[in-house]
Amino acid sequence: MTELPAHDAPILTAHRAGLIGCRGCGRVWPDSEDTCHRCGAALSPPDRRSLNAVWAWLVAGFIFYIPANLFPMLRTTTFGGLAGNTESTIFGGVLELLHYGNWFVAAVVFTASIIIPISKFIAIGWLAIVAGRPATVRDAHNRLMLYEVVEFIGRWSMIDVFVVAILSALVQLGFVASIHPGPAAVAFALSVAFTMLSAQSFDPRLIWRGLPLRSRKDLTDQ
Amino acid sequence: MAGAMAYSGPMLIEGTYDLTTGSGLVACPRCDALHVEHDLQAGETARCVRCNAVLASPRAGAFTRIIALSFTTIVLMIAAIFFPFLRISRAGFGNETSLFDVALAFSHGALMPLTVALLGTIVGLPVLRAMLLVYTLVPLSAGRAPYSHAVGAFRLSETLRPWSMAEIFVIGTTLALIKVGGLATISFGPAFWAFCALILVNAASNVFTSATTVWDAIEDGGARTDGREIQREPAE
Repeated sequence: MTELPAHDAPILTAHRAGLIGCRGCGRVWPDSEDTCHRCGAALSPPDRRSLNAVWAWLVAGFIFYIPANLFPMLRTTTFGGLAGNTESTIFGGVLELLHYGNWFVAAVVFTASIIIPISKFIAIGWLAIVAGRPATVRDAHNRLMLYEVVEFIGRWSMIDVFVVAILSALVQLGFVASIHPGPAAVAFALSVAFTMLSAQSFDPRLIWRGLPLRSRKDLTDQ
Repeated sequence: MAGAMAYSGPMLIEGTYDLTTGSGLVACPRCDALHVEHDLQAGETARCVRCNAVLASPRAGAFTRIIALSFTTIVLMIAAIFFPFLRISRAGFGNETSLFDVALAFSHGALMPLTVALLGTIVGLPVLRAMLLVYTLVPLSAGRAPYSHAVGAFRLSETLRPWSMAEIFVIGTTLALIKVGGLATISFGPAFWAFCALILVNAASNVFTSATTVWDAIEDGGARTDGREIQREPAE
């Protein structure tokens, strides 16, 4: 739980004041401007219309997450194919690791490739649905914290793609064993990239829209 | 809450701001709350009164340190590319891998674009960001006017920040090693240690980078002056 700033004066937002704040550098401009004259970033009002981009990237990320789970992530060839060629999907790989008693790596891969992506889809979707709906200040703080967690943790899903890349480059022992990446690696990397873009398109200012601007009242009213 | 709350109070504290043009004001990028702009002392941290997001946290000597750390990044990255990264051996078969081999693992057929993306996130973007930061900050730390396009350079560097994934790559390497550890003997090359050092250097650089401070410095240095930056000596 974030500590609420000890502050009970009324708060004025740029939007309420008929101004527009730059999300890149914080500078405030009249509503009519569309580019920040200091940092050159595009100015956008905290508007639910910006959620279209969030949904579009989120759907794209979800679509690519399906082949990422159906196709093989790794192809292993042992002893020239004599000891068997195995193809493993993300989930299959986790089961295989468990089978060999590699609990730690199995847990990390399961978290990074299955738990985090799915929680991200749910978290971003939920934030986009509730964005702009009136809530209490404490709700807004929790939603902002959820958004920050999603923003921070999203890129770490890429870890499985890196593991596949390192294994494929490293395990090239000719006849003994070799590992090649499968098509799921690309699909998974794209899925992670699209969900990162989705999280970046989300405007956290929407979390705070619709809140009454007197914080003392909010804190006692919930 | 560290440091002083220097962007103290929204609209209640005396200050020179203009509610029709927005000059002298700062809007929180997370929640849109307006604050009156103040120049901070090094070491102070300004937080949003509403959502507690950090608005600015200038650090003493930050620009010089970021420049030094950026050069370190470039040198370490050159070492990391060309020295061997990992070595694996089993049953008389050995294989030595450099960073390029790792990325080239995906280089056949449909997986080619992933090679480019991987090389970019591991090597390209950290180096590019280091060069952009040097380009932006060298004239500023010497007290001169920023180079042309410094604004675009720093904005690009900030945009690329989440896409520069060197630290994720190092953790991925560790995982891969645990995974094959039982099957074969693995030894680290100099490039692996260079990469670990790179992660620390990048983390330090991120601590010193306060975007707002850099924007203020670029503005004070004379790029795109529109007369709205805070005057240190109030003009009578």
